[in-house]
Amino acid sequence: MAHETQGPVDSVTGVTMTGHSWDDIQELNNPLPRWWLRTFYATIIWAVAYFVAYPAWPLVSSYTKGVLGWQSREAVEVDLAALKTQRSGMTAKLAEASLEDIRQNPEVFSFALAQGKAAFGDNCAPCHGAGGGGAKGYPNLNDDDWLWGGSLAQVEQTIRHGARSTSDEGHQGSMPAFGRDGLLQREQISHVADYVRSLSGLPVDKAAKLDEGAKVYAENCAACHGDTGLGNMETGAPNLSDKIWLFGSDKAAIVEGLTNGRGGVMPAWHGRLDDTTIKALTLYVHSLGGGQQQ
Amino acid sequence: MIATDSMADAPLSHPASAPAPAQADDTPLYVPRKKIYPQAVKGRFRTTKWIVLAVTLGLYYFLPFLRWDRGPNAPDQAILLDLANGRFYFFFIEIWPQEVYYLTGLLVLASLVLFLMNAVAGRVWCGYLCPQTVWTDLFYAVERLIEGDRRERMRKAKEKWSLETIAQRTLKHSIRLMIAWWTGGAWVLYFADAPTLVYELATFQGPPLAYIWIGILTFTTYVLAGFMREQVCTYMCPWPRIQAALTDEYALNVTYRYDRGEPRGSMKKNEVLKKQGLPAGDCIDCDQCVAVCPTGVDIRKGLQLDCIQCGLCIDACNTVMTKIGRPEGLIAYDTDMNVQVRMEGKPEVRRVVRPRTVLYAGLIVLAGAIMLTALAMRTNVGLSVMHDRNPLFVRLSDGSIRNGFTIRVANKTLDERRYALTVEGLPEAKLDIVGGEIDQQGRAVVTVGPDQTLEARILVTGGETTPPASTDLHFTITDLESGETAGANDHFKAP
Repeated sequence: MAHETQGPVDSVTGVTMTGHSWDDIQELNNPLPRWWLRTFYATIIWAVAYFVAYPAWPLVSSYTKGVLGWQSREAVEVDLAALKTQRSGMTAKLAEASLEDIRQNPEVFSFALAQGKAAFGDNCAPCHGAGGGGAKGYPNLNDDDWLWGGSLAQVEQTIRHGARSTSDEGHQGSMPAFGRDGLLQREQISHVADYVRSLSGLPVDKAAKLDEGAKVYAENCAACHGDTGLGNMETGAPNLSDKIWLFGSDKAAIVEGLTNGRGGVMPAWHGRLDDTTIKALTLYVHSLGGGQQQ
Repeated sequence: MIATDSMADAPLSHPASAPAPAQADDTPLYVPRKKIYPQAVKGRFRTTKWIVLAVTLGLYYFLPFLRWDRGPNAPDQAILLDLANGRFYFFFIEIWPQEVYYLTGLLVLASLVLFLMNAVAGRVWCGYLCPQTVWTDLFYAVERLIEGDRRERMRKAKEKWSLETIAQRTLKHSIRLMIAWWTGGAWVLYFADAPTLVYELATFQGPPLAYIWIGILTFTTYVLAGFMREQVCTYMCPWPRIQAALTDEYALNVTYRYDRGEPRGSMKKNEVLKKQGLPAGDCIDCDQCVAVCPTGVDIRKGLQLDCIQCGLCIDACNTVMTKIGRPEGLIAYDTDMNVQVRMEGKPEVRRVVRPRTVLYAGLIVLAGAIMLTALAMRTNVGLSVMHDRNPLFVRLSDGSIRNGFTIRVANKTLDERRYALTVEGLPEAKLDIVGGEIDQQGRAVVTVGPDQTLEARILVTGGETTPPASTDLHFTITDLESGETAGANDHFKAP
């Protein structure tokens, strides 16, 4: 911080000049402002104190811990615990009440929907889409077509134990690979595909042999999908007479399903999500628009 | 004519080619502050100021305690800014956050009134109504009561500290701090139920924020009114600068009538000069106008930035003029233009009705009418509708298309109300509500608590024929009790 006192002096202010000149503007060799200097020294002292008190320097396999023992991980845990405590009142109500009772209580219901929406975004959206809109092979949760049932209890069962999942209590049953396993011949598959399309009123080729198809259907499909194609929620066999097609309604998609079988997996969330979260998710999914009354 | 003392006394021109250091450094960058000891004065304007002070401070300190019955579902405080619940109560009006434009309108109206006052009679706001003026006036009154009038205070300021002056100063600052503390205390009462908060504060159970705000306002009042005083008006406040642009030569101002006063001189000397037929004015140079001035200006130098136009110099001068048997009004509300006109021997010009005042008054009427209309047309029900973003539409098992919407119904009444929602625009549309009821006419019925909003999920299902990609929908909500309605537009999306 040497302050030059040698050299030419500015005539107006009497201050020594640095000799630097730009466009005839001379730089005066004024000392740094005292307040600035003191603030600067204070920041150095502050930094040293901070090193001592808080985690600061990285070491080879660790870091300096600081005498206060503060950790960002602990801070997060404290914050999360505080959040849990703050929500504990509503969480307790959510845990106690039955799903139907919660639906009747606007306060708890809206809390459950908010929690369910967040949990849905974290856990379900990757397959079912952000708004539960679904995709090919992943059911749309907004519509009124349910493979395993759309009542509150049924939705909860599916979330908790999944379908074709690792859980013993999960839904079981899948579409056999009729073609691949040699159960049906190529032509039979073609006939029954045409017949299935006709069940939901989709147009079929005029040359299609629906009689043959109906015969194949009665022998092979009706056991699960029902005589008129209404499906069966016990085995997750889809309704074939409605307008909703999980894997597509064109003949090629149906033939593919008949040939190679189908069997999408819904994971079991029991054990991964706590009970109140599953409850909240159930209410949220049910509220999306497809939910059925008991 | 607007000039500060500093401008008059110290030329700001700085030689560009700086000849010698000593010469150039003589000019100080800042004018040293002159401490002001305003003298007590009696008169018409002083009385007016006392009344204004009592009314404005009385309103400020006691309004939070005024009650206004709104029934069981709303607070009974006449003026309440309930930030926690997002409500502003003003007597019979209750404003929600989305209606904050009423406050904007109020502020616009207030500025227009300020402009009009300024165009008619100059800095009326500065001289009588401004909080800085009012609290400074009060603090001066405290000072005068304890330490005595101008001469005494000036003497005591020069003397060494004695037990008496120490006691007086302690008392003065204690009283000022109490006033300042009360100022902060009254402020926080506008944001919560006043009697409850007073009890909580007194028993040290109040919210920390209340104590912090009381502290902040105690500090600002104590410092601004006790120490900074006229400097706030001269250096900090933008209004003296702005008002100069909003006024004109017809606006009345506290004016020294130099046509009558000059050349000033001692009473006896001027009597002699008058007898000899030589020019002699009425001003006897007694400096009473300067002694009473709370900003320390000499009004005889003309209209100036530092002058807040409180009229106390008029009172002082009138007192003197009455004593020496000359007519009052050597200093009075007048215009510079009239001073000039009288000196030229022409008749005086007074014009209150002129384009500027007519414009300001017209704007006040317009803004007021708009606000009144808006208030009268204000409905107690609100509806907003938001279409589901994802998925935009859903195909149901029977092939029909359904759209989901989130609606929010606002009940601005203070009772629980039932509302019926209908939708128009899609002939075969069927309405459904998640967790709500559908009445026999196919309307979705919701119940909203007093002064609350309710969010609900609405499903609109089209008929058998698939509608075009986008159809305009209009939602209407009807208060089943009062029949009031509110509407919102959205679309029905289809593949």
